[in-house]
Amino acid sequence: MPYIPHTEDDQQQMLKAIGVDSIEALFDEIPAALRCDGFSNIPAALTEMQVSRLMNERAAQDQAGLSFLGAGAYEHHIPAAVWEITTRGEFYSAYTPYQAEASQGTLQVIYEYQTMISSLLGLDVSNASLYDGATALAEAVLMAVRANRRSRSRRILMPRAVHPYYRDVVHAITHTQGIHLTEVPFDPATGRTELTALEAIEDDDFAALVIPQPNFFGVLEDADGLTDWARKRDILVIGAVNPTAMALLKPPGEWGAEGGHIACGEGQPLGVPLSSGGPYFGFLACQQALVRQMPGRIAGRTLDLEGKQGFTLTLQAREQHIRRSKATSNICTNQGLMVTAATIYMSLLGPTGLTNVASQCHGNLRRLLDRLEGAAGIAPAFRGLPFHEAVLKLDRPVSEVLAELDAQGIVAGVGLGEWYPELDRCLLVCTTETKTDDDLARFADALGAAVKGGH
Amino acid sequence: MDEALIFERSRPGRAATSQFPESAQSNDIPAELLRTSPPLLPQTSELDTVRHFTRLSQKNFSIDTHFYPLGSCTMKYNPRACNSLAMLPGFVGRHPLAPATRSQGFLACMYELQEMLQEVTGMAAVSLTPMAGAQGELAGVAMIRAYHVNRGDLVRTEVLVPDAAHGTNPATATMCGCTVKELPTDAQGDVDLAALRNAVGPQTAGIMLTNPSTLGVFERRIDEIAAIVHEAGGLLYYDGANLNAILGKVRPGDMGFDVIHMNLHKTFSTPHGGGGPGSGAVGVAPRLEPFLPLPVVARDDGHYRWVDADERPLSIGRLSAFMGNAGVLLRAYVYMRLLGAAGMERVAEYATLNANYLMVELRKAGFDLAFPDRRASHEFIVTLKRQAKATGANAMDFAKALLDEGYHAPTTYFPLLVPECLLIEPTETESKETIDGFVQAMQRILAQAHEDASHLKGAPYSTPVRRLDDVRAARQLDVCYAPANTPEAPEAAEL
Amino acid sequence: MSIPAELRYTSDHEWVREDDDGNVVIGITDHAQTALGDLVFVELPEIDTELAPGDACAVVESVKAASDVYAPLAGKVVEINSALEDSPERVNDDPYGDGWLYRLRPEDPKQLEDLLTADDYERLLVDSEEE
Repeated sequence: MPYIPHTEDDQQQMLKAIGVDSIEALFDEIPAALRCDGFSNIPAALTEMQVSRLMNERAAQDQAGLSFLGAGAYEHHIPAAVWEITTRGEFYSAYTPYQAEASQGTLQVIYEYQTMISSLLGLDVSNASLYDGATALAEAVLMAVRANRRSRSRRILMPRAVHPYYRDVVHAITHTQGIHLTEVPFDPATGRTELTALEAIEDDDFAALVIPQPNFFGVLEDADGLTDWARKRDILVIGAVNPTAMALLKPPGEWGAEGGHIACGEGQPLGVPLSSGGPYFGFLACQQALVRQMPGRIAGRTLDLEGKQGFTLTLQAREQHIRRSKATSNICTNQGLMVTAATIYMSLLGPTGLTNVASQCHGNLRRLLDRLEGAAGIAPAFRGLPFHEAVLKLDRPVSEVLAELDAQGIVAGVGLGEWYPELDRCLLVCTTETKTDDDLARFADALGAAVKGGH
Repeated sequence: MDEALIFERSRPGRAATSQFPESAQSNDIPAELLRTSPPLLPQTSELDTVRHFTRLSQKNFSIDTHFYPLGSCTMKYNPRACNSLAMLPGFVGRHPLAPATRSQGFLACMYELQEMLQEVTGMAAVSLTPMAGAQGELAGVAMIRAYHVNRGDLVRTEVLVPDAAHGTNPATATMCGCTVKELPTDAQGDVDLAALRNAVGPQTAGIMLTNPSTLGVFERRIDEIAAIVHEAGGLLYYDGANLNAILGKVRPGDMGFDVIHMNLHKTFSTPHGGGGPGSGAVGVAPRLEPFLPLPVVARDDGHYRWVDADERPLSIGRLSAFMGNAGVLLRAYVYMRLLGAAGMERVAEYATLNANYLMVELRKAGFDLAFPDRRASHEFIVTLKRQAKATGANAMDFAKALLDEGYHAPTTYFPLLVPECLLIEPTETESKETIDGFVQAMQRILAQAHEDASHLKGAPYSTPVRRLDDVRAARQLDVCYAPANTPEAPEAAEL
Repeated sequence: MSIPAELRYTSDHEWVREDDDGNVVIGITDHAQTALGDLVFVELPEIDTELAPGDACAVVESVKAASDVYAPLAGKVVEINSALEDSPERVNDDPYGDGWLYRLRPEDPKQLEDLLTADDYERLLVDSEEE
């Protein structure tokens, strides 16, 4: 019996103690008419050896290839120690740290994580994480609507240069609460969200403006200008940022004259593998004044009854298990295991390591673009300065190019036509620090040949 | 043993240099876009870091180290194979937007997982994307609401929730723009049917139920409840928190539920990870299939592919950037293949056997049960109201004293309607000896309570810290390290 | 348990005091603060808010519980006890004095007479204790 330790003898003694003849008798409160009689369509058990064989065969079908895919999930080097420690049973198989005295490891990790994230984003406080980047943005939007007391508006300025899936998720989670997302167009020349686009919007009462940094096209926004514009109108500023980029770039808390209010994003680049899109974690940080509007768990430092330092979950009265229908969110999870990995990752890289990784990512993109300069039928779609992703306009349908490179073991990126009809022949590519000069050369040559070959 | 903060181990100039490119490159980003000071990340060696986090891990209780009878949480053994196989390079290296040609192995697992979850719940279709139980609830209530709206019925915005429910139920209903009406529970732990009949009407969107309920008993008149709600035009939502208790015995679909979420981190043994990730796959009856969150996996002629919005225009949409907690789903898939059909039926059998045995033994040991005339499901409630009155030692004191005995505490003070309660769930993977040991520990604590309750008020004594000052934590909020805000620890000098 | 005779009460454990200027002061009772335990946060209504009887207008929060405070009578909020923002413990230390929550200009001062007297309230506490 897989994972069930009972011997025949145990079972008999236990039944006798309960005073029944069979295990079946323990289900006598379930109406007989509703009972099911086992499962007809579930395969029989496999041994661990057999399952291992099956899963190895399946995994072997999914070869990553030489990949230039980004678009919200990024391939970075992950130090071996990160997951060796994270998957220790004491972290892996622990529950939520409600019993603080039995969970000091998890709680201290969360406190250290909150410190690192707050500092990376230039803000005062961070929560213990949310599900992923997209849901973190949805929670940030809900938080801003609750927090913005000057504006009673439930409208949010949402640039089209925000990841299209993120916009979908924010809509799915917030529209039932009457929250409306007003789209802000991007400039077709620069790929940025320009102030002129904001000025052109007729309504002026908004709860928040979302500023992506870098945006979905990889382009760096004028975060200072956008923040000042919003601040002047009592619109809260939500930065949706890439955490690797934050090692180099000005963080949301320092944007403009007074800083952004809330920052969020996808934590995956910080030591979490691509793994088909999850589990990842969403980070969320804000100014001190907004801490009570923040959803999710927060760990705090305090003293025990001997005066010794310790950690505990705090401000729990915001949460669903106490506030029920009046909670800030229904969330109870934080992505604890992923946060553990991210905290170890950030510790191993340190300030120098994360900065070097960010600058190598950016430098590799620069080198790729240099190699592509002058290639027939390939040109950057936007003039705006990129971080580690760029949109390339091709003289050949993107699907044909992708297929041709795929056959050579190269995953060239993702076509944008599905999300942006006006960017039909555009390809979004990404370079992280994992790419060598040889990789870049191989990609540039193959891409050049594929585009040329179409003619 | 104290473990300083990683920041306090930091020394300028120290680094784990083999983990990153040697030097920063000059870049063309203009100064006004750059940060002016480095983030507060520690500067430590690789050994320092490994030692720090390994030591922190040792301050945790976990399933791998301790019995964890945490009611409503299903803390069963997490087989190691589920982890190592989900972390094979092909799986962890797969980009979420990888082309279908490079995804057939992963998609095959997801497709088969959908099929298996349909079978075990008796539902018509499944979406794997919700990332936790609460998000599964959100998906479920959003689907119920979309279903009514799509029929042009705009006034069904009230959700019925029993007073014993998890806090996520009412919180979710509010997030979906609905109002909540609480239903009382009768003395035997069942939903008060008269109150239900009075509560339903043309405003009823649906009811959210956990069965067995959070009171640890099976809702015996579930078919009547289903009939009342359906006749009133509402739908039934099944909170899968306690699915472990009925796996293979009775299926939510057969009980009349229209939509359900499953907690794969409970019933299908994916790790809790110190608070996540979870996974809250949802299943639906045929009439709700068009509304399922996306994407889902389809199979055409042996080829697997994603089904997205163009094929499902009525979908409630996307709930995660990509497709949910894929790695968690892989672990659940491996677990289900290891158990097989017979193994999954045994889950409910032995979880129920263990719970009823532990319940009987605790009663013999002098503890009061909240529902003494009922069968336990996979969990049950002990109420310490009598002991608290007689000795002064309350449920929290018992919980903390259990930590000293080497057991994680049961769930305390939930459900809210039972005073001084311990909600206890042993799960099927624990042996008789472990359960017997727990009963003996409870007996020792009870004796101590009668002898000297003040001793229990000081528990725990053996954990890395003693009882913590939660009031201070909330009043003097310290959620972020800065060298200046380190609290004074008056007696710390001689420690 | 202190229940000052000169105040009026609600079954939700609020107290109401009429001031000379016709405004009323509202707080939570000694019983309520004891039941909640150490308060860590108090959320107060905004000044000028118009309240109907029974409106949830403030929240008192301890570590393990959060409880709504309801308007005992109709009126407009004219003052709030901002000192509670930094020192919520005042509600525990002095529930009928420094721990007051907000001041209301009642729409109809006669509504005050519908509230419980100290005797009524004491009886209510005794009854609920026996339950």
